[in-house]
Amino acid sequence: MNYGIDTSTDNSPLMIRTTYREAVRDAIREAILKDDRVFLMGEDVGRYGGAFGVTKGLLQELGPDKIMDTPLCESGFTGAGIGAALGGMRPIVEVMTVNFSLLAADQILNTAATYLHMSGGLFNVPLVIRMGTGGGKQLAAQHSHSLEGWYAHIPGIKVLTPAVLEDARGMLWSALEDPDPVLIFENTLLYNMEGQLPANAGAVDIDRACIRRVGRDVTLISYSASLFKALEAAETLAQEGIEAEVIDLRVLRPLDEATFLNSVAKTHRAVIIDEGWRSGSISAEISARITEKAFYDLDDPVERICAAEVPVPYASHLEQAALPQAATIVNTVRRMVTRHG
Amino acid sequence: MKKKHGTAQAPAAVNSHQHLRDLLYQMLRIRRFEDKCAELYSDMKIRGFLHLYNGEEAVAVGVMQALNPEDAIVATYREHGQALARGISMNTIMAEMFGKQEGCCRGRGGSMHLFNKEHRFYGGNAIVGGGLPLAVGLALADKKLDRKRLTCCFLGDGAMAEGEFHESMNLAALWQVPVLFVCENNQYAMGTALKYSHAVTNLVQKAASYGIDHAAVDGMDVLAVEEVAQKVAPAIRETGKPFFLECTTYRFRAHSMFDAELYREKAEVEQWKQRCPIATLTQQLKEQEKISDADLEAIEQLIHQEINHAIAFAEAGTWEPVEELTRFVYSEPSI
Ligand SMILES: Cc1ncc(C[n+]2csc(CCOP(=O)(O)OP(=O)(O)O)c2C)c(N)n1
Ligand SMILES: [Mg+2]
Repeated sequence: MNYGIDTSTDNSPLMIRTTYREAVRDAIREAILKDDRVFLMGEDVGRYGGAFGVTKGLLQELGPDKIMDTPLCESGFTGAGIGAALGGMRPIVEVMTVNFSLLAADQILNTAATYLHMSGGLFNVPLVIRMGTGGGKQLAAQHSHSLEGWYAHIPGIKVLTPAVLEDARGMLWSALEDPDPVLIFENTLLYNMEGQLPANAGAVDIDRACIRRVGRDVTLISYSASLFKALEAAETLAQEGIEAEVIDLRVLRPLDEATFLNSVAKTHRAVIIDEGWRSGSISAEISARITEKAFYDLDDPVERICAAEVPVPYASHLEQAALPQAATIVNTVRRMVTRHG
Repeated sequence: MKKKHGTAQAPAAVNSHQHLRDLLYQMLRIRRFEDKCAELYSDMKIRGFLHLYNGEEAVAVGVMQALNPEDAIVATYREHGQALARGISMNTIMAEMFGKQEGCCRGRGGSMHLFNKEHRFYGGNAIVGGGLPLAVGLALADKKLDRKRLTCCFLGDGAMAEGEFHESMNLAALWQVPVLFVCENNQYAMGTALKYSHAVTNLVQKAASYGIDHAAVDGMDVLAVEEVAQKVAPAIRETGKPFFLECTTYRFRAHSMFDAELYREKAEVEQWKQRCPIATLTQQLKEQEKISDADLEAIEQLIHQEINHAIAFAEAGTWEPVEELTRFVYSEPSI
């Protein structure tokens, strides 16, 4: 790897320049090298180098036992991943994107998520499923889904949404150590994101939300690629003297409600930004929990900025209009803040 | 059999000069269109995913000769060739890819989702294998309503590993419905070569195992493709039985615009380019003195003009107002 090495500050750990894509690749490589039971399988992960280039070079480096190209058969290889997990392996199943995971939804819902319970605790499924997610690239209605919130509806699986490099690098190992099925959603717009990571970056927790920006006037609750829209909006608002606290949920199931409830107790306002459709969404769940558990902390009704309730259209101007935007967040917060001074 | 008007030719006409030249024209038209699309993609006029058909033109053009206007078509995301050969106007296809309101789907679908009602063109499906059950259903409706027409379903070699392929084969055979399955075996599913996708690489054997009549044909030879299609299509309509046609072909370009082509040798691509269906037919026609350089030049000019016209049409198109974003989620009440 030709990382730009950053050694500027004396006391900080050695930092490397990397991308989200490389961080995920490093995590996969490390896991496979560290634990002989770990292998990766999915469509075009080997010879093609991954649909998004994430696994590029890994087949050559680690061999076909570790990096397995599968035919097009999402239900088949996801189910096989469950079986291999039950058989003592630690598979990482890559479903190219969440759109195609719908062909594997039966295996995920009816088998992976239920196995432990149906068997009265006899059989746990230590499986990790990674997939790309999200819209914004003009891929139209069948290739732009954001269904991570929808998967978070299902008890028995954990749903991770790494937004920052540290999580892209560190969540995989923690997921592999988890005894139960874990789904990791990588927003494909993030793969090119660049930044610095400590050279020794490793596992991170997979049960806590995180405050990415401290503020006092409003709590912006988001995850994955939308986090950056929230942070962008917070910067704009700061110039107007409005200090937004920005929360990165990181994990959609189980939901770490304490983090956002505490924040709302401080700011008294909440806006949820979610690229999923509004109705029956993770944003609806968060909103419900705030009203259930922090109702008397609120100065304003909870606001939600979600995807429009329409299959994502191809034309760019329509697609952008369908997805949450930083400007909408700014306007919403302004309206809330001025309403009550 | 009922006589139908339309693109289908009586067998006697099949080898006429005019018909052969028309086949060449249709294939060339697709080729030039696709090359222009690649350019327009670099110019960022076309966005999203773009899957081009270069090298595979003989399949769509050959098969389409045997279809009647009443027949239905179900295609994949690599469907510009089918759409053009079927007669959907190039203007509306181009405008669709520009995302303009004048596109065949108002700019909602883009390259992967071309639809047209008049030509019974049911997409444009970007989920691999997703079109197959749909084709079975269209044919089932025809059977139930006693209509003697067929549904032609295009699919890739990769799609044949999906459960939906196998479920559809079984249903089509079990229910005996008039589907012409056309497998465009271009030997790769993205970067996965046939042998890494299929334990049994003899693809027609899969159809055979469901009791479906089948044939394999050189998909680089438009005359061969047309001949089989002309033979089987009337039988499918008449008997209502499904048929599986494998066309061996090759994709000259990358899978999509995001493909570094790490999985195949340049030499292999070059080798297949030697078998270019357009070059082959041109050669044949020239040898038989059925076409002159001047004719060829005229064809190129005609195509060039049509493409330029389509681009101008797309450029002049309008953006659908954002206020209309949430239309077409549910059917609008007819006034
Ligand atoms: C269910 C599903 N899985 C994965 C994909 C991603 N994908 C798009 S095209 C493709 C390869 C399909 O190969 P094939 O069926 O041979 O058609 P070709 O592209 O070669 O024409 C893949 C894996 C998809 N669109 N749908
Ligand atoms: Mg193929």
